[in-house]
Amino acid sequence: MFQQIGEILVLGWRTIGRWPLLWRQRGKIAEQLFEIGNASLLMACVLSLFIGGVLALQSGPVLAERGLASAIGQLVGLSMCKELAPVMMSILIAGRIGSAMAAEIGSMKVYQEIDALRTMNIDPISYLVLPRLTAISVALPLLVVFSILVGWLGGALVAAFNREIGVPMAVYFSNLKQAVDGADVFNALFKSGVFAFAVGLVSCQQGLSTIGGPRGIGRSVTKAVVNSIVLILILDYFLTRMLLYLD
Amino acid sequence: MTAVSESINGVRLEVSGLRRSFGGKPVIRDVSFQVDPGEVFVLMGPSGSGKSVLLKHLIGLEKPDDGEIRIENRSIQNPAVRSQYRLAMVFQSGALLNSLTVAQNVGLYLHEHCIRPAKEIEQMVRRSLALVGLRGVEDQYPSELSGGMIKRAAIARALVVNPQLILYDEPTSELDPLTAAKVGDEMEKLSHRSGVTSIVVTHDRELAFRLADRIAFIQEGRILRIGAPAAIRDDPDPFLQKFLLAGGISPRKLNSNSL
Repeated sequence: MFQQIGEILVLGWRTIGRWPLLWRQRGKIAEQLFEIGNASLLMACVLSLFIGGVLALQSGPVLAERGLASAIGQLVGLSMCKELAPVMMSILIAGRIGSAMAAEIGSMKVYQEIDALRTMNIDPISYLVLPRLTAISVALPLLVVFSILVGWLGGALVAAFNREIGVPMAVYFSNLKQAVDGADVFNALFKSGVFAFAVGLVSCQQGLSTIGGPRGIGRSVTKAVVNSIVLILILDYFLTRMLLYLD
Repeated sequence: MTAVSESINGVRLEVSGLRRSFGGKPVIRDVSFQVDPGEVFVLMGPSGSGKSVLLKHLIGLEKPDDGEIRIENRSIQNPAVRSQYRLAMVFQSGALLNSLTVAQNVGLYLHEHCIRPAKEIEQMVRRSLALVGLRGVEDQYPSELSGGMIKRAAIARALVVNPQLILYDEPTSELDPLTAAKVGDEMEKLSHRSGVTSIVVTHDRELAFRLADRIAFIQEGRILRIGAPAAIRDDPDPFLQKFLLAGGISPRKLNSNSL
């Protein structure tokens, strides 16, 4: 485990060291951005709509019983922004994109494509890792913005149309606006940026250390997803502590 | 294949005291040899004798436990030295990037190193593919090609670099005899045309005797014999003779002049 952590840190350091080459890799970054957006946007919207909805559905009647139905905007707004959107989107991306990264790089490793790159003096980190890591670090915060907005909308729809809650949309959004400020959205973006970097790094490292044919690729994909999710949840705790402290 | 190219483009390679073990098991044991500029040097031996591992060391893909590999008297372990020479390798599987088209694969080196403008790269790629007899496959993906076409595309990818040293790992394995002969022709033409230093790992005996200026026979990670094809063919070592004549191959077929 410690060897793997070391490899991830070294890969991260080496990738950061290659950031001056970012402009040269712009084509591949755009390609990766398109792939991430294309593969995840719809799923992110559907997921967020229902997360927002279920949050309102669970908490709305309880709040309404106590005469606090109007606070539902605050509850859904802050929950989506501070926790659910960054964490859920990162987990979704780990499963959808992290697995694809590990599989693609892993199969390139197993079938000697990475060796072929090295014989051509093409650095695999600049060619493979840098574009993926950059793209995921840009795409995930953008997806989180979508997720927050759609999640809020999901909560508003349930709050407005559920008979037990019955909070009009205008009241819901006015309450939400009072509770959520720019710093909360910034925190969500910051968290998701860190999660994205971690998911990208773990997935690329798993891909690069793949050995043993198709079975090895499968193992790498599983490890990439599981390790990414564990890392997201651990990082979430420490980032939340840090952000609370800074508040 | 002893004809010497008029313009020697190749480089000298020296291997001295090379050793490598995997998990305590020695795979390369004290291997030393030298390859002259423009020479076709064949590494031959049974499967598992360490040929492919040795080849990976020669291009810097693996680090030896001990010993040295020098290109024009400079250590190949140093990436800066490697980048100063045009080196290419044709992998056993071809190792074309499956996510790129054939043209993108062949032009990858030029494109990534920004060596030529895109238009010129396109022309060079077409020329290189035409040299190995591949036309009209530029926009196809490797998965759409046959084994022989992949090998030839891999040779085209190596050609486009205008290499000074080219390494072939089992270039004719898994190919039918006609395609294998065609790949052999391309290798021979390339060596003739540019005087590139070639190191070929193969257990295709006919190919080895047809191309080689010298052959090194490897057994269990050691060089058993090294010499001109005729000397290897006439060597009395029983294991070497058993390997060369296995499957009832005629000794006449192992004569480079008769092919």
